[in-house]
Amino acid sequence: MDAMHAHPGVVSAHEVFPSEAEHHAHHHKQSFITKYIFSQDHKTISKQFLITGIIWAIIGGLFSVLFRLQLGFPGQAFPILETVFGKWAPGGEIKPEFYYALITMHGTILVFFVLTAGLSGTFSNFLIPLQVGARDMASPFLNMLSYWFFFLASIVMMSSLFIQTGPAAGGWTVYPPLSALHEASEGSKLGMDLWIVSIALFVVSILLGGLNYVSTILNLRTKGMSMTRMPLTIWAFFFTAIMGIVTFPVLLSGLILLFFDRNLGTSFYLSDIVINGQILPNEGGSAILFQHLFWFLGHPEVYIVIMPAMGIVSEILSVNSRKPIFGYMAMVGSLFAITILSTLVWAHHMFVTGMNPLLGSIFALLTLLIAVPSAIKVFNWLTTIWRGNIRFTPAMLFAIGFVSLFISGGLTGIFVGNATLDIQLHDTMFIIAHFHLVMGVAAFFGMFAGLYHWFPKMFGRYMNPTIGYIHFWVTLIGAYLIFWPMHYQGLAGMPRRYLDKSPWVSFNQFGELDKMISVVTIIVFVVQLMFVFNFFYSIFKGRKVTSENPWKANTLEWTTPINPGHGNWTGEIPEVHRWAYDYGKDGKDFIPQTEPVGVNEKIER
Amino acid sequence: MQTFFIVAILILGFLITFQIARASEYVSVLRGEEKSRKQSNRINAFLLLLFLILGLFGVYYCNEKLAGKILTVSASYQGEHIDTMLWITTAITGIVFFITHIALFWFCFKYQESDNRKAYYYPHNNKLEFIWTVVPAITLTILVGYGLYYWFKITGKAPKNAMVVEVTGSQFQWDFRYPGFDGILGKKYYRDINVAANNPLGQVWDDPANHDDIHTTGEMHLVVNKPVKLVIGSKDVIHDVGLVHFRMKMDAVPGTPTTMWFTPKYTTAEMKKITGNPDFVYELSCDQMCGKGHWSMRGVVVVETQEEFDQWLIQKKPQYYVAFPDKDPSNPAFKADSTKSGNAAIIPANSQVKTKQ
Ligand code: HEM
Ligand SMILES: [Cu+2]
Ligand SMILES: [Cu+2]
Repeated sequence: MDAMHAHPGVVSAHEVFPSEAEHHAHHHKQSFITKYIFSQDHKTISKQFLITGIIWAIIGGLFSVLFRLQLGFPGQAFPILETVFGKWAPGGEIKPEFYYALITMHGTILVFFVLTAGLSGTFSNFLIPLQVGARDMASPFLNMLSYWFFFLASIVMMSSLFIQTGPAAGGWTVYPPLSALHEASEGSKLGMDLWIVSIALFVVSILLGGLNYVSTILNLRTKGMSMTRMPLTIWAFFFTAIMGIVTFPVLLSGLILLFFDRNLGTSFYLSDIVINGQILPNEGGSAILFQHLFWFLGHPEVYIVIMPAMGIVSEILSVNSRKPIFGYMAMVGSLFAITILSTLVWAHHMFVTGMNPLLGSIFALLTLLIAVPSAIKVFNWLTTIWRGNIRFTPAMLFAIGFVSLFISGGLTGIFVGNATLDIQLHDTMFIIAHFHLVMGVAAFFGMFAGLYHWFPKMFGRYMNPTIGYIHFWVTLIGAYLIFWPMHYQGLAGMPRRYLDKSPWVSFNQFGELDKMISVVTIIVFVVQLMFVFNFFYSIFKGRKVTSENPWKANTLEWTTPINPGHGNWTGEIPEVHRWAYDYGKDGKDFIPQTEPVGVNEKIER
Repeated sequence: MQTFFIVAILILGFLITFQIARASEYVSVLRGEEKSRKQSNRINAFLLLLFLILGLFGVYYCNEKLAGKILTVSASYQGEHIDTMLWITTAITGIVFFITHIALFWFCFKYQESDNRKAYYYPHNNKLEFIWTVVPAITLTILVGYGLYYWFKITGKAPKNAMVVEVTGSQFQWDFRYPGFDGILGKKYYRDINVAANNPLGQVWDDPANHDDIHTTGEMHLVVNKPVKLVIGSKDVIHDVGLVHFRMKMDAVPGTPTTMWFTPKYTTAEMKKITGNPDFVYELSCDQMCGKGHWSMRGVVVVETQEEFDQWLIQKKPQYYVAFPDKDPSNPAFKADSTKSGNAAIIPANSQVKTKQ
C-alpha cells in the first residue's frame, strides 16, 4: 500500500473505487467521452493503441498487396487500380512514383505505427499495471496524451496519403539528399514534410509512453513484487521503453536537421549537388551523417519492435507448457545485453557507405556479439517447452511460430552482420528476407500470441479458436513461402526496391517465383482480414469468459475481476509472494504469485 | 466483372469458414469443452510435426528449384573470399537451423498435453546456460575472425598498378571517366557541371590533367586480370555501384567520393561460356534507392583483354575535345602548331604505358 500512496494519481484511483458497489455507481457518472475517448484508464488506452494499430496494419498490409501485384505481374494492367487510385495507376498499371510511395508507407506504417505503437503501446499499457499490481500508470494523464500524440501523428501521416504529390517515397529510411530535395522526387515534396512532422509527433508519443512505463515499473510495484519476481513481459517492456527513450530523440534531431535542409536552406546533409541541371549552393554537408543519426535509432528500433514480442512469447510458452520459463535470470540478462549492444551496432547498416574499414570491422564485431543473447533466448525457449505438458492454444501456436521465425531470420543476421558478406548482400532481397522473418512476421506473431492470450482479459470473451487455428497455419506457412525463397533472389544479387526486373539480364530469372509470392501474399492478407473480423466480432459476440483465470496462469492480471474497472482490483491490491513461474512445482499444476510460501517450501525467488 | 467474382467468392469463403468455426465452437460446448479441446490439441501437435517434415522437404525442394538461379562463380578474385565466407557461414548456420527446428517441433509433438504426463519443474541449469553462451560466442568469434581477415584484404589499399576509373551516378544513369594518357583524373568542381557545354561531370578545364580524360556513359570497360580502382561519386542523390558478379558494392555519395577496387578474373566472353548463357553481360545495378527510376538505373561492364581494351579506348575522344572541338587535332578546323598528328596517336601511347606496368 505504501508504494501506492506514493503517487497521487494512483491513490485517487484507489479511493474512487474502494468497493464494487461504488465502482458501479461511478460508471454511470462517466460519460461516453471520458470512458472511451479521453479515458485515462490504461486498459482503455491500450485498446485505443490496439485498434488504431489494427487499422494501420490493414492499410500497411494492403499496400504490400498492391506492390506485390506489381512485382508478381509487372506490366499487367489491373483496371480496378485506376478506378481506385486514378492518376497513380493510369490504365491500371502502377506508376513508379506510386510504387515507391507504397513501399515507403508500408515500411513506415508497419515499423512505427503497427509494430511499435500498436504492439508496445497495446501490451505495455495493458499489462504493466495489471502484472506489477498497480491501479494505473504512474501518470494516467500523460499516458492519455501519449495516445493522442500517436493519434495526431496518424492523422498527419494519413493526410499525406491524399495530397496532390503523394506521400514520402524515399524508403522508410528516408535518406537525404533524396528526401531533402524537393526536385529529387514527387515524394520529396510536401509528403516528406508531413512525414517528418508525423514522426516528430510520434516520437513525443513514444517518450511520454516510455517515461510512464519506466516510472510505473520502478515505483508502483505491489508489495512483494521485487524486480526479479516480475514476469518477463514486464522486463521486456521495461528495456523496450528505455531503448526508446534513449534513441528516439536522436532520430528526432536528425529529422529536425533534415527539415532545416529542406526548408531553410541549411547544408547539414547536402554538398556538391546538381539536380535537374540546377546547381545547388550547398557545400560541406554530409549525407552520411543522417544515416548515422537514423540508424542510431533504426537499429534499436528493430529491437524495440521485437523485445515486447519476446516477453509475450516467454510468458505464453511457460504458461502453456505448464513449466517455468527456463533460465529466468539469463532471459533478463540477455534482454539487458541486447539493450546495451543495440545502441552500439548501428553502423552495420552502413558497411558500404565508404566508411573507414577499421570502423566497419569494429561494428561487425559488436554486431555478431548481439547474436549471443539472441541465441541464449532461443535455447532457453526450447528448454522451456522440453518435457512440458503442452497446450496448443492459438496463442501458444503463435508463440511457437515466433520461435521458428526468429531462428530462421536471426541466423541470416549472422550473414549480413559479417561485413565481408554484407558487401555482397547489402540492399538485396536477402535483407528483405532477413528482416521480415526476424522482425516483421515474428513481431506480428508475438502480437497475435498476445492478443489471443489476453483477449479474455481485455474483453471478457474468447476469440473463436477455430479461426485462430486457421489464422495461425495459413500465416505461418504463408510467411515461409513468401520470405524463404527471397533469400535466393538475394543470393542472385537482385537489389531490393526494384519494381520491374525485365530490363536486367542478371535478375529476370525469377518471374514464376515472384508470381507465386504475390499470390500467397494475397491469401495471407485475406486471412488476416479474417482475424480482424474474428477480433471485432468476438468483442461483442464471443463466448463469455466464466472464470477469472481461464489459462490457469500465475500472474496478477488473472486475480482481477473478469471485467476489471478503472483501478483493476475491487478490493486491496494483492500481495506477491513468489515469482511468476511456479508451474509444475511440487506436484502442483500452478501456484499463483499471490499464494504465500508454504512452511517447508523452497522457492526459486 | 472478373474482380467482382473474385471478391464475391472471397466473401463467400470467408462467411462459410466463419460459420463452420462458430458451429464448431457451439459443438464443443455441447460435447464437453475439455474433450474437444484435447482433440484439437492432438490435431495441432500432429500438424506441427507435419509442418516440420514438410518444411524440411520444402527447404530441400526450394533449393533444388532455385540454387541454379543464383550467382555462379565469382568474376573477381576478391569475390572468391566472399564466396568462401558464404559457404562457411551457410554450413554453420545451417546446422544450427536444422538442430533447433527439429528440436522445436519435435518437442511440441512429443510433449503435447497428456493426462499421463507431469511437466518437469526445471527452472534453470547454470551449466547448460553457460554452454550455450560460450559456444555461440566462440563460433561467432571465429566467423568474425575469418570475416575480418577477408574484409581487410578487400577494403585495403588498391595495388599500385591498378587502373583507375571514375564512376559517377546521377538520376538515373552512370557516367565513367578514364584518366587518359597521364594516368591522372583531372580536377572536378560540381559548379562547373554544364551538360549543354559538354561538361556533364564538371571537369575543371584549367587543369591540364583533364585534357586527355575520356568520358563514357552507360558502359564501363575493364581489363581482365588487371586490378581496377573505382573512384565513385554522385551528382545528386545517393546511388550505389553494385557489381553482383564481382561481389562488390559501394555507395555513390554526393560530396564525398568513395573508392573500391577488385581484379576481374574472367572476360565477358569467358563468362558467357561459364554460365552457358550467350546473352550474359556483367551488369552494374544501382543498389541504393534514388528515386523513381532506381530500378532501371543500369550500366554494363565489359571485361576484355588488354588488346581489346586498347582497341576500344582508341576510338574514344577526350571530353576536352568534345567540349572544345577547335582544340581537337583530328578536327579539320584545328590549326596545329605541334607535330603530334592527332588524337589517335595519343591513345595507344597511353595503353602502352599501362601494359608495361
Ligand atoms: C542475430 C542478430 C542479428 C544480426 C547480426 C543482424 C544484422 C543485420 C545487419 C548487418 C543488417 C544490415 C544489412 C544491410 O542492410 O546490408 C540488418 C538489417 C536489418 N535487420 Fe538485422 N540482425 C540481427 C537480428 C535482427 C533482429 C532481431 C531484428 C528485428 C527484430 C532485425 C531487423 C533488421 C532490419 C529491420 C533490417 C533492415 C533495415 C533496412 O535496411 O530497411 N535484425 N541486420
Ligand atoms: Cu541493425
Ligand atoms: Cu538507385
